[in-house]
Amino acid sequence: MNGTVKYDLVIVGGGSAGLAAAVAAYDSGIRSILVLEKDKYLGGILLQCIHNGFGLHEFKEEMAGPEYAQRFIDQVKERGIECKTNAMVLDITPDRKVHYSSLEDGYVVVEAGAVICSTGCSERTRGAINIPGTRPSGILTAGLAQRYLNIEGYMVGKRVFILGSGDIGLIMARRMTLEGAKVLGVAELMPYSNGLNRNIVQCLHDYNIPLYLHHTVKEIIGKDHIEKVVICPVDDNLKFIEGQDMTFEVDTLLLSVGLLPNNPLLEKIGVRMHPKTKGPVVNEDLETSIPGIFACGNSLHVHDLVDFVSAEGRLAGKNAARFLNGGLGDDTAVIDIAPLNGIGYVLPSLTHLDSIDDTVLKFRVKQPYNNVYINIKVNGQSVKRLKKPYLLPAEMENIPLKGLELQAFAGDKMEMTVEVEES
Amino acid sequence: MKELICIVCPRGCHISVDENMNISGNTCPRGKEYAINEMTHPTRMITSTVVIDGMELKRLPVMTSAPIPKDRIFDVMEEINKARAKAPVKIKDVIIKDVLGLGVDIVATRNIS
Ligand SMILES: Cc1cc2nc3c(=O)[nH]c(=O)nc-3n(C[C@H](O)[C@H](O)[C@H](O)COP(=O)(O)OP(=O)(O)OC[C@H]3O[C@@H](n4cnc5c(N)ncnc54)[C@H](O)[C@@H]3O)c2cc1C
Ligand code: SF4
Repeated sequence: MNGTVKYDLVIVGGGSAGLAAAVAAYDSGIRSILVLEKDKYLGGILLQCIHNGFGLHEFKEEMAGPEYAQRFIDQVKERGIECKTNAMVLDITPDRKVHYSSLEDGYVVVEAGAVICSTGCSERTRGAINIPGTRPSGILTAGLAQRYLNIEGYMVGKRVFILGSGDIGLIMARRMTLEGAKVLGVAELMPYSNGLNRNIVQCLHDYNIPLYLHHTVKEIIGKDHIEKVVICPVDDNLKFIEGQDMTFEVDTLLLSVGLLPNNPLLEKIGVRMHPKTKGPVVNEDLETSIPGIFACGNSLHVHDLVDFVSAEGRLAGKNAARFLNGGLGDDTAVIDIAPLNGIGYVLPSLTHLDSIDDTVLKFRVKQPYNNVYINIKVNGQSVKRLKKPYLLPAEMENIPLKGLELQAFAGDKMEMTVEVEES
Repeated sequence: MKELICIVCPRGCHISVDENMNISGNTCPRGKEYAINEMTHPTRMITSTVVIDGMELKRLPVMTSAPIPKDRIFDVMEEINKARAKAPVKIKDVIIKDVLGLGVDIVATRNIS
């Protein structure tokens, strides 16, 4: 069908975010919707996340990843929303033409009224962290090992060490142990883990897998295939402490050192990117710097709970529908939003005076805190202060601004800041 | 003395339990209940995959229908690794009934046609 077609809304990426966006746009009255997914199946990364624990917020039950994805696939199917799989999007233009290629359709240009980009994230690799030593095989990201094992049924190794205490690494430590591998340990550069407590307990403690905090890989040994890893503790400046090396004989090193939003299509056309999240800069409607192009899910910022991804997808879908049905009406005063002390990043990057009731701040702290306050200020003046018994970098915080009265600041340039206040 | 991390909420309190089951370190009563459970009859959900005969995919993801005793995890894994499923399969289809007499089934978590 090479050629040009027209849709009101095109959604790029059929993972949790994209599927939730499609459903919400449909329920807001949009009927001409096209979901484009490059994989053979809808559902995204959840299809390889076979462990349980999904859906506690969304469905009040504990499900495995593929089961959670299926709920959304069913919702999309029930509404008759058109989805194309094996359809790879190659370009999105600033005037919202979406170019895709699929075996079935050939090369197609879709003229879209609005576009939602929900292309997920990718894993940081060895290049991103720079480990010294030789470059043998047997080193791969935890997510790739997860895909091999859970989808292809292929075990990548029998004696495994894991670098990085991100959740995917922890989940894989348990998964490979259950399949008969020996997981010798997990090394984490920071003095605290980036993983959820639940995963530390049920994936490491349950199987007596040691977690070496404030440690990292110093050297990789092996000619063609990895044979040993050398682990070493680091000091507060993250420099190796000499004389405390530990050597492990391994056939596999898994990397679980973080995720990065995947946005080559938006970067290519100069959408403004966020220096911290590595996703696009968005306003309260999840609209990027190009009008009518929206972003949500892990391509906007990395989430640890899929339930929040679904909620964000719905917001993008609802707002894309508003955009198509006469505009977002974002013409009141702009409020810029920035992180201060203790906060890694905050989204959205801006909102508008009239949308305060619909604005939810999402942020992460840089380190764990106990008994602190989150202080939200406008032009230096506190407008909301919340007591927090604890804050963890592994947990995204949500603070709705509903009911905040900011009219008094109108007229000036408004800047909102979010900070941790230690008592 | 045993040290536990409570996983009931994200706060992750470090809880200590001594020989007489005295519990300390929990911020709320749910932590105490968790610690007692962990000390007396800890249970876990198990997820894995089984080989599936069919055209489309090589592995079917599965899960226990309810938590099983923690000390039976590897026994149940052995049973899961022996099982084979046949497509088509629907979510919640029973792949192994009453595994090892534990009163828990192994069920599918993905539709495979
Ligand atoms: C390896 C891994 C394990 C994870 N484990 C967990 C977990 O255990 N629990 C949890 O709650 N969260 C987990 N997450 C986070 C999880 O990704 C999110 O919870 C959520 O599933 C992300 O949804 P998404 O729609 O944003 O992204 P994805 O599910 O990644 O969906 C993005 C989709 O976009 C498609 N796509 C990308 N580029 C294109 C293109 N150019 N054209 C067409 N399609 C494209 C991809 O094929 C993919 O299907 C994990 C993430 C990763 C990477
Ligand atoms: S003891 Fe209470 S507050 Fe502490 S982690 Fe458990 S549930 Fe949360």
